[in-house]
Amino acid sequence: MLSFMLKRIAQLIPVFIGATLLVYFLVFATPGDPIAALSGGKPMPEATKAALAAQYNLDKPFWVQYGLYLKNLVTFDLGTSFSGQEVSDLLGRAFPVTARLAILALLFEGIFGIIFGVLAGMRKGKWFDSTVLIASLIVIAVPTFVLGFVLQLVVGVKLEWAKPTVSGAATWGELILPALVLGLVSLAYVIRLTRTSVIENKSADYVRTATAKGLSRNRVVTVHILRNSLIPVVTFLGADLGSLMGGAIVTEGIFNVPGVGHLLYSAIQKGETPTVVAVVGVLVIVFVVANLIVDLLYALLDPRIRYA
Amino acid sequence: MPENQNFNPEDGLPISGARAGKVSKYKIEHFVAPLDETPLQAVDSVKETGKPLSMWAEAWRSLRKQPLFIISAILILAIIVVAAFPQLFSSQDPAYCALENSNEPGRVGHIMGFNLQGCDIYSRVIYGTRASLLVGIFTTLIVVVVGGTLGALAGFYGGWIDAVLARLGDIFFALPLVLGAIIVMQLPAFRDNRSVWTVIVTLAIFGWPQLARITRGAVIEAREADFVKASRALGLSKFNSLLKHVIPNSLAPIIVVATVNLGVYIVAEATLSFLGVGLPSNVMSWGNDIASAQTQLRNNPMMLMWPALFLSVTVLSFIMLGDAVRDALDPKARKGA
Amino acid sequence: MTETATPKPLLEIKDLAITFSTPDGPVHAVRDANFTVMPGETVAIVGESGSGKSTSALAAIGLLAGNGSVSSGQILFDGEDISHASEKRFVELRGNHIGMVPQDPMSNLNPVWKIGFQVKETLKANGLAGDNPKERVAQVLADAGLPNPEVRAGQYPHEFSGGMRQRALIAIGLACRPRLLIADEPTSALDVTVQQQILDHLDTMTTELGTAVLLITHDLGLAAERAEKVVVMYKGRVVEYGPALDILRNPQHPYTKRLISSAPSLSAQRGDKHEAIVDEIVPGKAEPLLKVSNLTKVYDIRKGFGKKEQFTAVDNVSFEIPKGTTTAVVGESGSGKSTIAQMVLNLLDKTEGEIVFDGEQIGNLSERKLFKYRRRVQPIFQDPYGSLDPMYSIYRTIEEPLRIHGIGSSASRQKKVKELLEQVSMPASTMHRFPNELSGGQRQRIAIARALALQPEMIVCDEAVSALDVLVQAQVLELLDELQRDMGLTYLFITHDLAVVRQIADNVCVMEHGKIVEQGTADEIFNAPKSEYTRNLLGAIPGASLI
Repeated sequence: MLSFMLKRIAQLIPVFIGATLLVYFLVFATPGDPIAALSGGKPMPEATKAALAAQYNLDKPFWVQYGLYLKNLVTFDLGTSFSGQEVSDLLGRAFPVTARLAILALLFEGIFGIIFGVLAGMRKGKWFDSTVLIASLIVIAVPTFVLGFVLQLVVGVKLEWAKPTVSGAATWGELILPALVLGLVSLAYVIRLTRTSVIENKSADYVRTATAKGLSRNRVVTVHILRNSLIPVVTFLGADLGSLMGGAIVTEGIFNVPGVGHLLYSAIQKGETPTVVAVVGVLVIVFVVANLIVDLLYALLDPRIRYA
Repeated sequence: MPENQNFNPEDGLPISGARAGKVSKYKIEHFVAPLDETPLQAVDSVKETGKPLSMWAEAWRSLRKQPLFIISAILILAIIVVAAFPQLFSSQDPAYCALENSNEPGRVGHIMGFNLQGCDIYSRVIYGTRASLLVGIFTTLIVVVVGGTLGALAGFYGGWIDAVLARLGDIFFALPLVLGAIIVMQLPAFRDNRSVWTVIVTLAIFGWPQLARITRGAVIEAREADFVKASRALGLSKFNSLLKHVIPNSLAPIIVVATVNLGVYIVAEATLSFLGVGLPSNVMSWGNDIASAQTQLRNNPMMLMWPALFLSVTVLSFIMLGDAVRDALDPKARKGA
Repeated sequence: MTETATPKPLLEIKDLAITFSTPDGPVHAVRDANFTVMPGETVAIVGESGSGKSTSALAAIGLLAGNGSVSSGQILFDGEDISHASEKRFVELRGNHIGMVPQDPMSNLNPVWKIGFQVKETLKANGLAGDNPKERVAQVLADAGLPNPEVRAGQYPHEFSGGMRQRALIAIGLACRPRLLIADEPTSALDVTVQQQILDHLDTMTTELGTAVLLITHDLGLAAERAEKVVVMYKGRVVEYGPALDILRNPQHPYTKRLISSAPSLSAQRGDKHEAIVDEIVPGKAEPLLKVSNLTKVYDIRKGFGKKEQFTAVDNVSFEIPKGTTTAVVGESGSGKSTIAQMVLNLLDKTEGEIVFDGEQIGNLSERKLFKYRRRVQPIFQDPYGSLDPMYSIYRTIEEPLRIHGIGSSASRQKKVKELLEQVSMPASTMHRFPNELSGGQRQRIAIARALALQPEMIVCDEAVSALDVLVQAQVLELLDELQRDMGLTYLFITHDLAVVRQIADNVCVMEHGKIVEQGTADEIFNAPKSEYTRNLLGAIPGASLI
């Protein structure tokens, strides 16, 4: 087990380096004037340019710059944005908000996804199954932002069941509607994955043997079919946490949630590339950690993996 | 009644009490079914009638009958026609916009009404089909070619090629599509030359790892088959066995995923346009129209809804097609396995 | 032998008909089936695939697939008609009244739960866990012959060997002391020596407990030696039943007669043997076509963090095959026999040793020479469903070797394919068909036709008939025999079935754990085996002691 985990960590280190390198390279080392990229194309006096160059170590070779960037990243020295604020401050305020949003979305997609997926899988071919399948297809087909707008309009404005936009405090309650929107597409995937898994497992030989032992139908479904079917689903959910955090940009935009996505988006629009690179770096760390947890979960759930 | 027999040890066969045959303590009758009811048939006779049916032909047969396939196929055909010949569907010039028509609701000749600039929504929607479809089709093509090739090589040859590909794919997976696309679009090369092609390339950059992974899995499974070994034993080179036997047998999952992804890329383009990093605003597309309709949501929701509807229906038909094809190609449903 | 008054049968199948509803219409899997099982008695149902033997037995425990149902007739268990019993009633019956031991030990145990857990839940569901379930679980596992049951109970299925898993399944099936045990081909997936041990043990247990057994098998020899009564099924109908030994020695129905004459284990005992095609070869007179010397294959297995373990699959093997004869290499799983076949075919590199074909060394051949070698030696593999490319039509499959080696023109190739199909007794129209339209035996014949296309001198048959039904197997073996006679072919025949070997081989090599433990002519091996392992293998052939 331990060797498995160590091997996985060893595999993820190049991923971490690769991803951060890619982003860093994309942003800083592209052809053209890095200072111009830094300033987003706005004209700048020479003195400012020189100061910037020194501050961001642009006078040093690329690899040194990258190395410094990595060092700063892991010590959480994320630099300063153009507006003068500490990036770590900005992130410190935005990160918990997005985390709350992502967790709510995960709960939503996990609970409803599994329930509907199991019901659909056990009733394969019947009307419930067909309905669920079509509904999940529709959810995937309609762009998130459209769904977001529609729900915002209907639930927030017309029906007034929830606030259409989120305040600066972004409490749990306020985040429910955005979380719903954020988790909707993943919900569709979870339903389909659970359904497929259940269908595959319910006709497995060991399920027949379990029935032959005289176990009640309920026990066969929960202890055998469900337990085995949930393995791929749980690992998907774990991996989704990472992508929910990074991909919440659209949802945060619609509902005005002051989270990481919002921070990132406005930084990109304003051309504040140091902020972008720092925040993306943190997101990559989150992704890597989430992946490790998922692998751990998978090994816990499936004993065959532990000895591989 | 026959008696238990023991064997002479010199015969070299071991004696085992349990295996000397059993005799029942009950009387057992010896029943024989009448021959006319249970005639002997030839052993393993070959079917000589009926048309030959390859695996693809069988899949096509079952596909034709599925309602999901029929609906999606018709829709897709219709969409392709609209994209290729928009002028057949709208006599109105979509670029003609008169401010006095701003936000007018639908009326005869302009059933979907007008947008903020006074442009006819219907004709914009019709002419916008082409851009979205092009993005979907070409992104899918690039992803299949690049991802498919890399995945096939990694799966077939294994070793360091596989390890490198796995790590490379992981790196790209670490960046969510939208985030990655935003960053890439910030590059001067992309930012200053926004066009349909920048969007296509951006989406393809983040789309290929998924297909590579699927191809790799399918190839690994196919390469272990006996018929591949048999073809090597016949004298086929390793590379040729990949081309002629392994890849044709790996196509099924690739086709399914590619079809579904076509729809997903169209949605992704809309999302990127919504965020302002997609198609340039002078290109007519559903994504752009939806993006510019945001502000008018309260006044004129239909300005957003119509292009959104067309977008969703298009994407839905591709995803439905992918689902239908997957069901038809499902090996468990196939006979003879 | 005393005749007692016949008490009530435990299980009575009366005019049973089972139908499956499929998209192509109803399929009548079983029709007019009649047989009984007395308390404590073992009844074997024998048949090929599609005979309805498994279906009939599964119906008795209510485990028919979703689209199957009893369309007429009765299943009487202890007088009660359970053919349409409710699921609730079946749950009550399963486990403590009717138990089951399934066929495939790997797929029938849930991989994510420990063995002990899976036994315990059986006991609990039937109210037999008692005050100390752990102890009871260990007891049940020990009864089934598992050593160290306390330790084993805490392990997962993938940590057990195939034989141990089957014992665990037997333990589960008998844990609640059912009165009837349905054993569905319980040992078909196991090596023949393990099979014998497990069936012996099962015999002992069921005799002790007084359990009646409904044994489903395709092997008539096995049925006759393990059961008191044998029921023969063919295409969904019962064609004959009676006392086991009587059926064996005095079969009445033509199908039963056919089964008996085709079953390798029984014919082996009769002394039906392979007629040598080539006259006695004086040793040293002619060079053998294939000569294998000191062949070794060692695998390096990586075990985490740079540690490597070596596994010797083939250890210093030497044998010869004279031209025009058949040499069989026999062994159980893991003996290395298939690895030898792969090396002879040059699909796998050898670690050490020499393979000499017709005087030429195989192993360091240049590309061009290897290409030529391929024309002279061809394989036939085990799995008929995997050896033909499903994308290729039969014509393309058989034509492929001709195309690769650039033989003939398109027109002459068509002619050749037709000839080849004729040689394997398949109609010419088959060439337009696809593998998914053919049965296992038919696909195997196509594989033979493909192998013959290049007019090879030697064919390597790697378990070529192991996956086929008895009658089909007999057909294919006959075909191979005929071809050998007509074309002077040499065969290297790899198999785990010693009985089949008797029918087809001139010379035999017996392998165990990578080494040859004995070799000689077929007569020598069968009539005067020298090594204990060979004797065990021979003794384990089902039906060995009966004729």
